[in-house]
Amino acid sequence: MTNHYIDIKNADVVFIMGSNAAEHHPISFKWAMRAKEERNATIVHVDPKFSRTSARSDLHVPLRSGTDIAFLGGMIKYILENELYFKEYVTEYTNASFIVNEKFSFNDGVFSGLDAVNRKYDRSTWTMETDESGIPKKDKTFAHERCVLNMLKKHYSRYTLDVVSDITGVSKENLVKVYDTMGATGKPNKAGTMLYALGWTQHTVGVQNIRACAMIQLLLGNIGIAGGGVNALRGEPNVQGSTDHALLYHIIPGYLAVPNTNWLTLEDYLKANTPVSKDPMSANWWSNTPKYMVSLLKSWYGSAATKENDFGYKWIPKNDAGADYSFMYLYDKMLKGQVKGGFVWATNPAQSLPNTNKIRKAMSNLDWLCVAETNHTESSDFWRGPGMDPKKIKTEVFLLASAHRLEKDGSISNSGRWLLWHNQAVPPQGDSRAMGDSIVGIINSVRALYKKDGGVCPEPLLNLDWPEKYDPDAMARNINGYFLEDVTIDGKQYKKGSLVPSFAMLQADGTTSCRVWVYAGSYTDADGNKAKKRDATQTPMQKKIGLFPNWSWCWPVNRRIIYNRASVDLNGKPWDPERAVIEWDGEKWIGDVPDGAWPPMATGKGKYPFIMQKEGHGQLFGPGRVDGPFPEHYEPVETPIKKHSLSSQLSNPCAKILSSDMDPLAAPGDERFPIVLTTYNMTEHWCGGGETRNTPALLEAEPQLYVEMSPQLAQEKGIKNGDPVVVTSARGRVEAIAMVTVRITPFKVMGKTVHLIGMPFAFGWTTPGCGDSTNRLTVSAGDPNTTIPEYKACCVNIEKATKVTELSI
Amino acid sequence: MAKSFFIDTTKCTACRGCQVACKDWKGLPATPTKQRGSHQNPEDLNAKTLKLVRFADHTIDGKVVWNFFSDQCRHCIEPPCKIIADDLAPGSVIKDEKTGAIIYTKETKKISADGFEEMRSICPYNIPRRNEETGLIVKCDMCIDRVSNGLIPMCAKSCPTGAILFGERDDMLALSEKRLAEIKKKSPSARLLSKDDTNAIYLVAHEPKFYHEYACGIVNGKRFA
Repeated sequence: MTNHYIDIKNADVVFIMGSNAAEHHPISFKWAMRAKEERNATIVHVDPKFSRTSARSDLHVPLRSGTDIAFLGGMIKYILENELYFKEYVTEYTNASFIVNEKFSFNDGVFSGLDAVNRKYDRSTWTMETDESGIPKKDKTFAHERCVLNMLKKHYSRYTLDVVSDITGVSKENLVKVYDTMGATGKPNKAGTMLYALGWTQHTVGVQNIRACAMIQLLLGNIGIAGGGVNALRGEPNVQGSTDHALLYHIIPGYLAVPNTNWLTLEDYLKANTPVSKDPMSANWWSNTPKYMVSLLKSWYGSAATKENDFGYKWIPKNDAGADYSFMYLYDKMLKGQVKGGFVWATNPAQSLPNTNKIRKAMSNLDWLCVAETNHTESSDFWRGPGMDPKKIKTEVFLLASAHRLEKDGSISNSGRWLLWHNQAVPPQGDSRAMGDSIVGIINSVRALYKKDGGVCPEPLLNLDWPEKYDPDAMARNINGYFLEDVTIDGKQYKKGSLVPSFAMLQADGTTSCRVWVYAGSYTDADGNKAKKRDATQTPMQKKIGLFPNWSWCWPVNRRIIYNRASVDLNGKPWDPERAVIEWDGEKWIGDVPDGAWPPMATGKGKYPFIMQKEGHGQLFGPGRVDGPFPEHYEPVETPIKKHSLSSQLSNPCAKILSSDMDPLAAPGDERFPIVLTTYNMTEHWCGGGETRNTPALLEAEPQLYVEMSPQLAQEKGIKNGDPVVVTSARGRVEAIAMVTVRITPFKVMGKTVHLIGMPFAFGWTTPGCGDSTNRLTVSAGDPNTTIPEYKACCVNIEKATKVTELSI
Repeated sequence: MAKSFFIDTTKCTACRGCQVACKDWKGLPATPTKQRGSHQNPEDLNAKTLKLVRFADHTIDGKVVWNFFSDQCRHCIEPPCKIIADDLAPGSVIKDEKTGAIIYTKETKKISADGFEEMRSICPYNIPRRNEETGLIVKCDMCIDRVSNGLIPMCAKSCPTGAILFGERDDMLALSEKRLAEIKKKSPSARLLSKDDTNAIYLVAHEPKFYHEYACGIVNGKRFA
């Protein structure tokens, strides 16, 4: 989140799309309802089904799954056409005035530079014109036909109410209602927040869904302000913390790019990942990359990392440049016998990955598998699952009994980037161990073997600065980082061995260490572990917007609302004095920790507020994504229609689509699979359900797999509420209980009726009779930027079951 | 002064924290359930489920609504069940004068299955349940153990949205009237249920029949079914 949960109460409009906030992030929704109660805010929920979130919203708008960009593109057009945007904000703080390269083009759904065979764009024309000093040219009068604002108007001119309604299945009346409601927050004294979650990300256009949201919030001047923001709701699975710490293959800790074969030396790496801006007004924060990278290397390799050996950069394994190492590709390789063994930590791929039949088959090709879990799951026990003959499975499976999070000390980063320490409530049961404890022990054993017997490529292992024992407190200090020498910065001396007080002190010369630069400052000699802070003290200004600077600690540098210098005008005065986040008092900023201490822009000594962007401006034209600088509507990889009316490009030309024998796809408009399936979860079960299905009161409340469907579809298919049914896709079949409800409505799409059904994915065979993985239906296709799978839309059919084997009935 | 619950269904998101927390605090086991085409599970209150979130979806005036009703004993000011129980087994139903909590004791074991049916049928809200294994008649006891130690009932404690509040009766009455006035602006059918004669006041946005059969008990001798 750019903002945080409590801040939702400051909004005049709470716009929820791609999220079922009330069910999946109940505490976020507490604050949404607080906004409604205290400031008469309007809660809008745009989502394929009417959920518990819709029940508490002022307006629920059903939308065909996978058509969010059409909906949001229509909103962009509406905002521009009706001049609802916040002109001063857009002019000063976004790249609306920048001039786009004249060679850039967009034609019939495709941007300039497409290599259709390799499904990749050459992005060299997606650039801005610069002046002789290399600074982007700007036209703040917006007269230039290629200024971003005019390019934006042109791009979305096709997104008329008729076209959007035709594609999304949303009535024109509802479109206008939502556009008006959200558009009304484009005033300085109005705030609108946008909340989303996996309903936006899990599409082959997932990243562009979020881009569209960010663009709308920039147009409305809703980023940096209280009650605004682009807010990914994250929760108990600690997605925020695990992303910060680089759970995914494309980054190393602190959002640094993962080294690849194009960057064999530290110099190559730093050159490629350290942007240069010629504009003195741009802070260009990533120009600090060398400090963060070298401090990370020092943290990993300790005294073995020296200037002479590139601080051990060569010991980091390099990805093949351009190769995709995400789950779907990993399991594809496994299916082909190219992966011999591996560890699964706290995830349940045999339940939660798309096209699960393929995943389960792939796992049986492994020689060995080690699963760290608190419960037996569909993954730890895949070898005895449905259709498996344990005698014929060659895979040797090890189960590392893992402590539950209540059985260990550690931290979790909440949705608002707050680092929160949690204490062990009870000791781990039996022989189970905290995962950190397991990893430290395993690596120490491997190191001992290497020391004794030798082995290939020993340096990365033996040069690690590795502890004897796992200690969460020591780890927290390592994450923060240390001075490794006596260092003097701006006349102030820091002693060797002391903790770095902030990332501003990190150095590129090997004199500091830091495991995740955004967390530098979380644990200091002066204040100890700030994740443990529980002090509700605040100033009257902070109190007005529910900001608690002394409650836990938040990255970066305890800034609770990021890009907050966009919440003030060029003189440092808040756009909305009633909801001021920061304010320039003539000498310094007061309120939240500002995005940089520079004085206001009007002094001439300021810096643009969007400091993480090279040129310091919010990007309405965003060249950083691989599939286009403007979000464009494309159908999901499996779609119930053969064409749509925005272009002849049916699906994302860059979408990642797996193509093994086990990955058949329904053709567009395939009559065998005419129904859209969307998948989701519910309050009562957590992710794949491995934990919660073993919690009796939760299983009692949600005991079995169901499929939510409209009364109209039920009638067409002769299905009654409570009937067992079979849902099929090109990849598999799943049994479920029909839940026939008015909360699901058919859509009118491109002149025909399209039905949508929805199913949770939390039920698996290790809980007898509850059903089995819904993901046996979903597709192995993903977003081209992230490869997040398209769980939210695929095509299926549904029939009444004559016989069931997966469900107790 | 008696204590009261104020259950504001317009704030309820049916997370069922109350239902689960109630079981957890009281050490009540889960019962085997099945998906029947509804999220409401268990299907009804039972000897091991004293708090149940009821789900009901409808189309009202062309608009889809989904109502949630966190059901429990209302702790009547003059409880009809007690009148019956006093005859069948004195001391089996008692009223805690300090809190107004209506509590079923071990003496309920002495009440026969038929006697229990009588108790249950006289309850306007269809709350009492009988544990067939132990013969005890059971229901919500207002977490009397917690309340007499200065804590609030577990359901109110667990509620993330402030839909279940608990406190001095006067405070809850005032709060419920205030919320009603707010909600009425957008939902003219909004009303308070079981306000005058019980210690569990419910705020609903629609007619009670859109929540569940026993939502409002008996009014003027009639049940809104």
